[in-house]
Amino acid sequence: MAVARAQRRLHRLEPAALRGMMMREVVNFSSFWRSSTFSSTVDPTIYLLAFGFGFGSLVSTVAGYSYIDFVGTGIVATTVLFAGAFPAMYSTFVKYEFQHTYDAILAAPVDTEELVTGEALWIGARTGIYGCVPMLVAVAFGLDPSWGMLLVPAIAGLAGLGWACFGIFIAAKADKIESFSYWQSGLLTPMFLVAGTFFPLDELPTWAQVLGNVNPLFHCVELVRHAVFGLEGWEDIGHLAFLVGFALVSWRLAVRFMERKLIL
Amino acid sequence: MTAPRDTQTPSAVTLRGLVKRFGPITAVDGLDLDVPYGTCVGLLGPNGAGKSTTMKALTAQVIPDEGELEVLGFRLPEDSKQARAQMGVVPQLDNLDVSLTVEQNLLVFAHLYRVPARERRAAIDRGLEIAKLGNRRHSKVDQLSGGMRRRLLIARALLHQPRLLLLDEPTVGLDPQVRQGIWALIDRMRSEGVSILMSTHYIEEAERLCDTVTIMSHGQAVAVGPPRALIAEHAGPVAIEVYGPPTRLSEVEGIAVERGWRTRRTGTSIAILHANGDFDLDGERRVTNLEDVFVLLTGEEIN
Repeated sequence: MAVARAQRRLHRLEPAALRGMMMREVVNFSSFWRSSTFSSTVDPTIYLLAFGFGFGSLVSTVAGYSYIDFVGTGIVATTVLFAGAFPAMYSTFVKYEFQHTYDAILAAPVDTEELVTGEALWIGARTGIYGCVPMLVAVAFGLDPSWGMLLVPAIAGLAGLGWACFGIFIAAKADKIESFSYWQSGLLTPMFLVAGTFFPLDELPTWAQVLGNVNPLFHCVELVRHAVFGLEGWEDIGHLAFLVGFALVSWRLAVRFMERKLIL
Repeated sequence: MTAPRDTQTPSAVTLRGLVKRFGPITAVDGLDLDVPYGTCVGLLGPNGAGKSTTMKALTAQVIPDEGELEVLGFRLPEDSKQARAQMGVVPQLDNLDVSLTVEQNLLVFAHLYRVPARERRAAIDRGLEIAKLGNRRHSKVDQLSGGMRRRLLIARALLHQPRLLLLDEPTVGLDPQVRQGIWALIDRMRSEGVSILMSTHYIEEAERLCDTVTIMSHGQAVAVGPPRALIAEHAGPVAIEVYGPPTRLSEVEGIAVERGWRTRRTGTSIAILHANGDFDLDGERRVTNLEDVFVLLTGEEIN
């Protein structure tokens, strides 16, 4: 014991710390992947089928797409929200409040920044995979496969990273789990609906269109649709930039407010 | 290779004038504390004395308002990560991952503690041996008893062979038999050269394990020294316990005050400390202990 070893200087955002954090999540995931995968993929699939069959029988084309094409690509954003923001909110809160997991981790050579980043990277990666599930269901119902679909995991992963950070930020701001209701009903549900997933924003009043344009889910929807049906150059670079910006801002907010919560 | 120690810093932990306020409450109020290398130091005090806040400051989970902190030669909070790489922490609240197995808990922390890949296996096996959980390595943590979980928490803190071990109330809520097992483990670590800072409000624990103790009250150190020396200084060699109904106890207390004796209440009796031969009250003579000092210095009632 008490063996002195040549000690290496530790830095900010150490890959080893991030790996350790993700390691924990991966091991943990092996025990609850069934329920997590179920809730993250079945919900969006139900929306897909309900809207696809419900609206699909009323409208044949929307914004130049057949309805199954329109909703089958837009639904990716819904999964991003369900697989990114919600697990981040709940798991962060539970680990902080009930399991005291973060106390243990911060006593090891891991900073809040590494803790938040590791968790968000893992949820983002998972969301990238989950994001494709309802789209594949849509393929079974008539969405034509395309090479562009190979970009979808990356887009969903990036958007998922942003939403995971935003979810951690919400959890850091919440002093009790009931506070989540305000965020869910006041922000996430409207964003989920006004994202261009189920109906295009063009028909909405101007103020709603403006709001839609600051909704990261809208940019995710557009980017996925264009990836599948043909990219639009600068417009899509804009969407991508918005998603990157959203992830960066959410990441810094999550780190800042988790520090405030964890370091007294 | 020899440890780069003792030359610059004489102690594994040095605190000078530590102050931490939470709003209107001053949890730690100008605390000085030293843990010399290779010793076990006890932080003793009633609930709310500031022990846990002090422990958290040593891992930079609490940032002090004033004072200087040095841990293993690193200044805190700025170099805390470096210090944390060489220290193990056993928290008061069980924070094991209950959904993971015993082995998985150790594996995750072997990563977080940066145990090199080729040593990880051996570190985990050693942890299982320390925790005496070799035959439970695949059990989920929520299937373990309280004592097993506590041993696992200690083993987790030792994965990276730390030079300093922080134990925050290591045996709280455990059966006497289990407690003895934990004590044996702590004693083993000290004999292997690990410096230990342990907070506790179990007096017997401090008396048995610690080379020196610091008694805290209201965020300040009210006494520092080896347990035997503190007992000799504050309680004398012998105490006399006088039993009786509450009225009798008050009466005895009055007499003691008149004669300038130091007393403490035990709940069922009055103990008169520094008791000499010329003692005319009926009572039982007994050897003084650290608890006498503790109650004397931190007050009879916890408010």
